[in-house]
Amino acid sequence: MRVVLAEDLALLRDGLIRLLEANDFDVVEAVDNGPSLLRALTTHRPDVAVVDVRLPPTFTDEGLRAAIEARAEIPGLPVLVLSQYVEQLYARELLADRTGGVGYLLKDRVFNVSQFVDAVRQVANGGTAMDPEVISQLLSNRADDEPVRALTPREREVLSLMAEGRSNAAIAGRLFITEKAVSKHTNSIFIRLGLPQSEDDNRRVLAVLAYLNDS
Amino acid sequence: MANEASERLKLVGWAVVLCALAYLGIVLLVLVITGLAVVLVSVGIPLLMLTFPAVRSFADFHRRWAGNVLGTPIPSPYRPRPPGNALVRLWATARDRATWRDVLWLFVNGIAGLALTFVGAFEGVLGLVFWWWPKKSALYLDAKLIKWMLAPSEKAQLASRVRELAESRAETVDSQAAEIRRIERDLHDGAQARLVALGMNIGMAADAVDKDPQTARLLLAEAQAASSQALAELRGLVRGILPPVLADRGLVGAVRALALATPLPVDVEADVPGRLLPPVESAAYFAVAEALANVIKHSGAQHVRVQLRHDAGVLHMTVEDDGRGGAVPGAGTGLRGIERRLGAFDGRLNVTSPPGGPTLVIMELPCESSSPKTSPSSGTA
Repeated sequence: MRVVLAEDLALLRDGLIRLLEANDFDVVEAVDNGPSLLRALTTHRPDVAVVDVRLPPTFTDEGLRAAIEARAEIPGLPVLVLSQYVEQLYARELLADRTGGVGYLLKDRVFNVSQFVDAVRQVANGGTAMDPEVISQLLSNRADDEPVRALTPREREVLSLMAEGRSNAAIAGRLFITEKAVSKHTNSIFIRLGLPQSEDDNRRVLAVLAYLNDS
Repeated sequence: MANEASERLKLVGWAVVLCALAYLGIVLLVLVITGLAVVLVSVGIPLLMLTFPAVRSFADFHRRWAGNVLGTPIPSPYRPRPPGNALVRLWATARDRATWRDVLWLFVNGIAGLALTFVGAFEGVLGLVFWWWPKKSALYLDAKLIKWMLAPSEKAQLASRVRELAESRAETVDSQAAEIRRIERDLHDGAQARLVALGMNIGMAADAVDKDPQTARLLLAEAQAASSQALAELRGLVRGILPPVLADRGLVGAVRALALATPLPVDVEADVPGRLLPPVESAAYFAVAEALANVIKHSGAQHVRVQLRHDAGVLHMTVEDDGRGGAVPGAGTGLRGIERRLGAFDGRLNVTSPPGGPTLVIMELPCESSSPKTSPSSGTA
């Protein structure tokens, strides 16, 4: 799997390259600033990009802006954004084009290597991987009249794990239920959110988008 | 017509009242002179202690009236009362130049003021009969006289401004020092302590890795947890110093992000082109954040509206909720904190919060017109 990496701190950049290559990713280019990132994304068209939000030259949200710009040019280009802090505002901006293939995680999540690698793969396959912190904020701020409220607590739990980018097997393991039970829940979620019959992966993305985007 | 008549009738009333007050002024003047004459005898001091405050209220009443007539308020020129007993206060009053200007005015008012208001009353009666008679010319002159004699001198105005600035500077310095102490303590007890634990755990794991891989693994897991916690604490701390989203997106973006993170529906309306200067931006952000925190803590509101508008060199910020009201500035530390933050930039806080609600917090911050919007993504490395 071909990866473009953007991280301005050399220490972290080398660490991430090592981590990704140890897990069979091929880092085609590692850049350290926003303009080079945009160029690298549009020329390499990688399978997935791993991008730090804050990059030179402005040290603000350079990485995020470059990622959104690149996705405007190449719709659905999978991007996993890493940051020292998470903002719902940024999560919304990333999800605004409703095409999936988006991840937004705290940098600490890298500590758990296998989960992080899963998240990168999930994003590369067009899924979503939202940080649990974004999701817990969303949960506490839900208004009562939204379709997501129609879900049972268990279904909401399943949906928030889906939003984090977990597979059915991983969700089953986490909630101590069978995979069959998980797929029963996901089907019921799709129905309650009014998502039409289609490929399961696509519906997953739509359900997560409905969950994260609407308010 | 009826309106005009009642207005002219009111003028007559005012003229009569002021005329009577001029006599009262003469009485006050006599009391002051008597008090001064016998100041060395014990009765002089108590007499002055009573008379001076009366003179001030008397003069303030005339300032307000003249301010209304002239259309521009006349501020009080007095220095703030020092702490201490009545004697200290009397001494401070005696040393205030404004006191003696009041006394001089009492004298002039007893002659010229009396004459003008007398003429004013006469004019007013004439005005009731002849519509073409000019309104309140004599009273207008009296108001001019009051302004000329009782308005604070330029020097006094500057002095009071210097006093305000010194106060707000002292408060800013104090609060900054307190803030730095808090940051130091948080770092010391939080992230630093966790990093120490982290290093210890890793060291112990290195020792154990050959003999007891099981324990080593456990220690490493603990080390990982400690580093996560240290990061979470640093994130919280950074947010308290300068929220990253404020640095990234400026005031409007940061307030929108804040609204999203608030466990209440918050509508944000913003008209702030470009970016403000960073210190102003930060003060404005924390003022809004504090106001929102107050809403969540105290109001029981269902809905909040935040408006930001930059207009003619002033940033207007309002936070309006539909809660139970009853907020009093100065009662809690929240509103006081906002006042202090804004005060450092000559900003103002105004709260209307009747019992039963709603609460409207209006904040104003004078600031330079914004710099042109920077567009980070178009920059070059």
